[in-house]
Amino acid sequence: MNPLAAYLMVAAMLFAVGLAGALTRRNAILVLIGIELMLNAANLNLIAFWRYGPHPEALTGFMFAIFSIAVAAAEAAVGLGLVIQVHRHAHSTDLDAMNRMKG
Amino acid sequence: MSFVFYLVSALTLAGGLAAILLKNTVHCALALTVAFAGLALLFLGLDAQFVGFAQILVYIGAVAILVVFAILLTRGSETPKDGVYSKHWHTGLVIAAAVFAVLGWAVLQSIRVLPYQTPAPQVTVMQIGNALMTRYVLPLEIIALLLTAAMIGAVIVAMHDKNGKNGKEAAK
Repeated sequence: MNPLAAYLMVAAMLFAVGLAGALTRRNAILVLIGIELMLNAANLNLIAFWRYGPHPEALTGFMFAIFSIAVAAAEAAVGLGLVIQVHRHAHSTDLDAMNRMKG
Repeated sequence: MSFVFYLVSALTLAGGLAAILLKNTVHCALALTVAFAGLALLFLGLDAQFVGFAQILVYIGAVAILVVFAILLTRGSETPKDGVYSKHWHTGLVIAAAVFAVLGWAVLQSIRVLPYQTPAPQVTVMQIGNALMTRYVLPLEIIALLLTAAMIGAVIVAMHDKNGKNGKEAAK
């Protein structure tokens, strides 16, 4: 099998798994975990295209992946901070129970 | 493709599946760590050593620990009585399957035009540092600003309390 296609298929499967987790789980933290998996699948695509692309010495996909990791870390910190605050406010992280914006 | 690639891919996907399927949230966080480690190995297999080690440092070292802290602070490890899946889980599963079908179809359709074996790129840390300090210096500064703002924002969001009884709430 084409190596690039194999990596792309793995990334597609990981993205689908993350999306399924983000859409089906009830706990807000598990939804964040699903989002992290999706971001990682995107990173795998970036690195695979960089490796098998025509100009790997330009480092474009590589840099994109590094910046994407940094943004994902910031997103995880803010998201989990919000989950903790919501839990303190509503005593629950159940997303089905959170159907209004007003406290 | 080598045997190692299939082994690491299976490990990564199994970790990801376990992370979203297990009932106990702490087990989910541990399975997520396995998936992150598998991804780091995949990055190493793609000759991106720097990204692989950054993945280990950032995801296994920081994000996984953060997730475990959040789970323990929200008492999320207790399994809820009415199941771990949301009311509309069928819809979510169908959407995920449809997205995977589209992505897989796109990859399989383009398999003929994708480049096959290319020589491994020789990237040294010096080249990465040079690129970060010259061509990518503006994104680097913006990321630095973003990380500072996100860190301060996360602390403020998690600490804020209406009645100013932060100490009591934190001790609980």
